[in-house]
Parts: sequence; C-alpha cells; structure tokens
Amino acid sequence: MIIGACDACLRRALLIERLAPRIERVAGRGGRGSPELLALEDDRLASAVGGRRADDSLTDARAASARDLRRRVDAARCWTTCRHHAAYPVTLLDLGDEAPAALFGRGEWAALAGLDPTTTATIVGARRASAYGLGVAEELGRMLAGAGIVVVSGLANGVDSRAHRGALDGEGVTIAVLGGGADVPYPRRQVGLYRRIVSSGGVVVSELPPGAASFRWCFPARNRIMAALGKITVVVEAAERSGSLITAGMALDLGRSVGAVPGQVNSWMSTGTNQLLVDGAVPVRDAQDVLDHLLGAGSPNVREPGPALDPQLRSILEHVEAGHVTCDGVAMASSAPAHVTATALTRLELLGYLTSGHTGRYSRTPMVAPETADAGLPSGA
Amino acid sequence: MLAVARTFTVVGVAAQEVHVEVDVHSGLPAFSLVGLPDAAVRESRERVRAAVSNSGFEFPLHRITASLAPADLRKAGPGFDLAIAAALLAASRQVSAEALDRYWLAGELGLDGSIRPVPGVLAMAEEARRGGAEGIAVAAGNAAEAALVDGLSVVPLRDLGQVAALGGPALAPFDRAELTAPSSNGTGPDPPDLAELRGQPYLRHALEVAAAGGHSMLIVGPPGAGKSLAARRLPTLLPPLRREEAIEVTRIASVCGRPPPPGTLAGRPFRAPHHTISTAGLVGGGSPPRPGEATLAHGGVLFLDELGEFSRQALEAMRQPLEDGSITVARARHSIELPCRFMLVAASNPCPCGRGESSDRCRCSEASVRRYEAKLSGALADRIDISLTVEQPSPEALRLAPGEPSASVRARVSAAREAQVRRLGAGRCNAVMTPAETRRACRLDEPAAELLARSHTRLGLSGRGYERVLRVARTLADLEGVDRVGAGHVGDALSLRRRQPAP
Repeated sequence: MIIGACDACLRRALLIERLAPRIERVAGRGGRGSPELLALEDDRLASAVGGRRADDSLTDARAASARDLRRRVDAARCWTTCRHHAAYPVTLLDLGDEAPAALFGRGEWAALAGLDPTTTATIVGARRASAYGLGVAEELGRMLAGAGIVVVSGLANGVDSRAHRGALDGEGVTIAVLGGGADVPYPRRQVGLYRRIVSSGGVVVSELPPGAASFRWCFPARNRIMAALGKITVVVEAAERSGSLITAGMALDLGRSVGAVPGQVNSWMSTGTNQLLVDGAVPVRDAQDVLDHLLGAGSPNVREPGPALDPQLRSILEHVEAGHVTCDGVAMASSAPAHVTATALTRLELLGYLTSGHTGRYSRTPMVAPETADAGLPSGA
Repeated sequence: MLAVARTFTVVGVAAQEVHVEVDVHSGLPAFSLVGLPDAAVRESRERVRAAVSNSGFEFPLHRITASLAPADLRKAGPGFDLAIAAALLAASRQVSAEALDRYWLAGELGLDGSIRPVPGVLAMAEEARRGGAEGIAVAAGNAAEAALVDGLSVVPLRDLGQVAALGGPALAPFDRAELTAPSSNGTGPDPPDLAELRGQPYLRHALEVAAAGGHSMLIVGPPGAGKSLAARRLPTLLPPLRREEAIEVTRIASVCGRPPPPGTLAGRPFRAPHHTISTAGLVGGGSPPRPGEATLAHGGVLFLDELGEFSRQALEAMRQPLEDGSITVARARHSIELPCRFMLVAASNPCPCGRGESSDRCRCSEASVRRYEAKLSGALADRIDISLTVEQPSPEALRLAPGEPSASVRARVSAAREAQVRRLGAGRCNAVMTPAETRRACRLDEPAAELLARSHTRLGLSGRGYERVLRVARTLADLEGVDRVGAGHVGDALSLRRRQPAP
C-alpha cells in the first residue's frame, strides 16, 4: 500500500487552514462549536464563518494546487492520507460528516492504517493534574501498552503526556492527535516526548496541514478524532466543565464507551470524573478494568504485585495510603521516630511503592502490595 | 605648630588607621579640612569649632589646616570629631601633644563639648592594639565595647574638657571587671527555643541534622506551617561561638551600627532579609563598599523566606560566598573582602497562592505552578543539601506538650561538630567537605552501599546529588557517634535530599 490522499480532500484541508482565524471567531466559547462547523460542506462553511475574505479563501482553495501541498507535506517530513484512501483509519468514518477529510502525520503511518478498533483506548485528562492523576495516567499507559493496546491521547501537558510516556515505557504503540500541524510539537514542553513517539513506531497525527498554527477551536476538533479512534475513552482526573468531559461526551455520541478513574470526592480536580461514574461510566481502577471492558472478562491479567514488604514498611505504606503525604505527617500518625520514618519512606520509594515530588511530598504509585499471610488483621500502629 | 592624632575609619568590616594632622599658623582665620572627607566629616569643622569654645578652650583665630591621611582613602562618618579637636588643641598648645602619641581617639562631638559613641570602636580597638597603641580614648558609651579587646587601656571620655587630662592619673581607664558574661545564642530576655516547635518531628530532625553538619536547607510548605518559626530557632541549636569568633561577629555588628548591649559579645546572628532586597544589600556593595546581609549573618543563620521571589541576580551572587565563606567586593577604588560564613535556610510556598497542590482550594494555573517550581529549583540548587516539605501542624499537635528544648539538641549537635573538627580540622564541618574528603570520611557498610547504588538508578540521583547524600549521611552518623555510615543513615539522607521537578 502506498500512502496518499486525493486532491479534493487536500484542498478541503487547505480551506480549513485558510479559514482557521475566521472559524476561531464563530466557534463559540473555547471553540466548542468547531466540530459542527467542520461538518459543513465547503461553501456552507465559508458562508457560516462569513467575512469578506471568506469567499476569496474559498476560490483560492479551489484553485490551489494539491501538488504544492503534497510537496509541503514531503518537505515537512510528513505523510498524508484521506477518507477515500485505504490507510485512513476506519473508526474515523463513524464521525460521518464530521470526519476529517485528510489526515497529516509523522511517524509510522502503518500504525494508524492498521489500527484495530477493539484494541485501542483513548486516555484524556487534566493538563494540571495531581500527582495521583499523573501517576495513574502513566501506569494505565504502561500497562495497557504492555498488554498490546494502542494508547491514543493528545500530547497535552499533564495526564495526556503521562499516558503517552507510560505507553512508551511499556514498549507499546501510542498515537498523539495534535490540534495544529503534525510537524509542530505542541505544547513545546513535550518536544522530547514528541520525538520519542515518532521514533518508537508511534504516530503523531493532525487534520491540519503541516505548519498550520493552532487556534482554540482546534482542540475540541482534535478531541472528536481522539474520541473516534478509541473503543473506550478513559478520563483521568477532570474538573467540572473541562475539555476532557467534552471528549467523553463525543465518545458517547459515537457509541463508544467512556471510563473514568475515581478521584477523591472532596477534590475539585476529580469532580468531573466522579460525576461521569455517577452517570454510568465504566469505573477504571487500573489497566485490568480497561482490558476487561475491551476484551471481555478473563483477559490476560496485568495486575502484578510488587516486592514483598516487612510489617514496618507495610505500616508506613498504609499511613501514606491514609492520606499522609509528608514525612512529618507519617511520623506523627505512626508515632515512629522521624529518622526511622524517613528511612522507611526512602525504602518504599526505592521499591517503587511511592514517588516523591520535587518538594519531598510522597504519593502512592499504583503498584499493588502483595497479600500477607495475616491479611485481614490490622497491621502496624 | 603641627600636631597629630590617630583615629580610624571603617573599611569593609575592619578598621584602618587614620592620622589627623592639624597645622595652626598665622594667616587669615580659616579652617580647612582635606583628605577625601565626606559630608559628615566636612561638617565636623562646625562641631569642633563650637565644642572647643564651649569646653573652656579657645578656638585659635589662625589659619587651620586639618589633613586626614592616607589622603586617598575616602573618610566617612562623624567619628573624626574628637581626633580633630584634640589635634587642634595640641597644635594650639592648649593640651599636651604627648598623650596623643599613645592614645587613639574616636568620638562624635556635641556642640557643648560632650562626646557621643560611634559605630565600629571594637574594630578600632583591635587595629589600635595591632598598631602598638597604649590605649584608646572613646565616648563613655563605647568603652565597654572597646574593652572586649584585651591588652589595651580604654579611657572613657564624657566631654572634650577631659582630653587635657588624657594620659594623666586623673582619668581612670575602664575597669574590665564591669564586663558582663558574653551573651549566649539567644538574645533578649526570652530567647526563642526549639521547645516551641510542637508535633513536627521530621522538621525538628532536619533542623538538627542541618545544625550538626552545617548543611544549608530548603523548607517548602504553606503559610503557617512553621517555616520561619523553625528557622529562627536554628541559631539556638548551634554550639556557642568561640571567643575570637564572637569578637568578629560583634565587630561586624558594631561597624554596621547595631552593636549588642554594651559589654556583651554578640550571639549567633539571625538575619531574615525581605525578598525585595538588592544584590548589593544581600552580599554587600556600594561605594564605598558596605557589608550586606550575608556578612551580617556571619557566624549565624541567613534566612531567605520566599526563595523563589528573590531576584535571580541576588541569588546568583550568593553562590560564590556560600562556597568560599567570604565575599570580595571589588570597586574601581578599593577591593575589600567581607567574611560571610553562615548557614543558609531558605523557605518557600509550594505554589504561587501558597496553599499547595494538595489543597483543594489551590487553583493556580498549571503554567504558573510550573514557572514557580522552575524558579525554585533553579535557585541555588547546587548549594542546598537538605530539602523537606512541611504542612500545617494539626490542632491536636499544637496541644501537645512542648518538645525537646534547644539546649539538649545543642549538646548532640556540639558533639557531632566536635567529631567533624577532629576529622576535618578547626572550623570545618561536613557541609564543606571536598569530594576527596567525602570519600575518605564516608565509609559505607554493605547494606548502605547497596541502598545507595539502587537509588542511583531508581531515583535518578546525579553525581552532585550523590555527594550531598553522602555528606548528609555522614552527619547523621556523627549525630549517633558512629564511625561507619549505615543503611539507616543513607535512607534518612535520601529522604532529605533535594529533588528535581518532574519533566
């Protein structure tokens, strides 16, 4: 198979790129109206976004040479495909009129072309997430990738990038859907991650031609592609009215499943995900819950317990699980001397049960503690 | 007729001898003052004129020239009044010139002839003794401070009239028996004590380790978590200053115009400059160069609250001083060296709003938290050995009985410091060990070495970070009085290490 796109679809992509600033004006707050706008045909889109120049853009785009755009794609070391081409992922066709005409990408295009809808999961979540959310996202990405699931996300800071990173650590395939051109690592901070994805058999993809600037409306538009690609969309930490909830809504509209990672009920960072659970989303505690949903119960077990713990470490770990995040807090709660607590926390960190932030605040990793013989008996102080 | 009196001017934090030469000869009545005087010194002529007349002497109606030598050194402050007046009186043969050879003089004159104290007389007393003077004559209010220097007769003067009796039996020198005992680390009647820190065992522990090894530390926590309360109590954990150190600290305080109560030696200072401070204010500077907060904290603790808010430039200027224990301020005219061997305690909020990521009321944007973290982790990153995070103590903790008092912690700290002095030499501590010394001093037992090796890969410890952990582990072993560094020490030191923000 040779990758390619038809002229009409490329011209459509060019038109969207030219109209981007005008779409920004009419796409509403946060650009949320963009998927509906992008469902319109060329003339109706031009008239919907209005303005004196819109008709000119339409004429320009119709007259534009698809060959020039193909050259541009090559120059940007990207590839392109369109909905009339075999390399176009079939799951995107579920978007109907909203399906992007052309896709531009960088990386292993076969990963996108050969995407198996049943083994693809989208992970989304807050850009600014807690250590808990970030840890869960990374672990989900790692375990899902390890079980052969393709992890789709948006390369954003926070949950998205952690999910990608986890998937790469799990030596799996991950797909990043960008709002702007696929050759522009955005956000800038994730440029290292971008390179890792491209060089490790993953794909970075966008519906805008290479070099296109991103506008606010590009992100809701990007979300519909992410929602369509995954069989399930898992939301890790989202506040009320967050973009991740919009993605979840799009997934539901497409008939996809939505999963949510439970959060603390008194944390504003988790209000959105907890509401999703109330509304009937699939509860996601770890990768196993996602696998059970995707592949049915009895799917390969990914829950591996961590290294063995002596009673003292187990007791300290329980205090961290109970919500004490500083050494002071744990020492007070466990009534162990400060230096003993400090040493125990370091050991737990080295074993992988805990991580510490840059200020020395501890958080629990998803690593499962092994069962003990005296399970059920309260251990420690 | 010519007469010479000797006095001093402050250069940096030390005194330099200044000769006041006064020439009185016939001519139109005039009084000129040469030798780079500043405005306050130039005005000295008016004070001297009035004080001489009002003390029962006669102000000579001749041509008077006063010269301050060395001529190229800028002179500042009112302390030259007494020496100028005394030389003038000697030059006009109203007092004996002989006493001026033996005594240095310093003091500000009132118009009525009274003599007022001036800053820096301790520095002058040290310089006078080095210069071989028999004694010094200072304002009565300065006498106790000057008398801290042994082997020097200190003559307190109340007014200019007494200059006539200088060197004679009528004027008794200051009696050193009046000196009170040197003050301890806490100043004031109710010094801060570590006992007031309740329910924060790890913070206490970290303070003790920092004090024992001279390690600089960073405390991160929301407002009200006891960061400055803890930092303020750090000087009380340090062993008392040795006499020569205490004299140096007192001299610095004196030249900066903030001497301890008369007759006492200063304790370990605690300085907490506001974060809007300029670079010159922090490390010293200006023309002529003046000591900054870092020098004022010499021998004690420099506390930088809101580390992330300090100007990048000011913090960068602190790096070298932290390493060397001294600052060189070079200006076109002079280059001076200021001592600044202090312990650094920095504190910071966890995020711009101060509530911290774990609080559900914190709504700082992701980007602003990121900027804050980057600034914090960049600031003096390679100079801070210990970092920890603290939280507001719970209401139950605040009702607990007072904790262990400073004195008993100080005893352990002193013992650990003595072990370090035996190993590294006088005045040194674990925080300033060179890599070679660290390797020699930190012999790890088997489990400790294994733990540290694992942390290398697992925690992403850098080479520098590795060194720091070893130094802190050494201090922990010193606190326990053991020779070998064990796994417990390494584990503890790892938990106190400074971490880098996640990518």
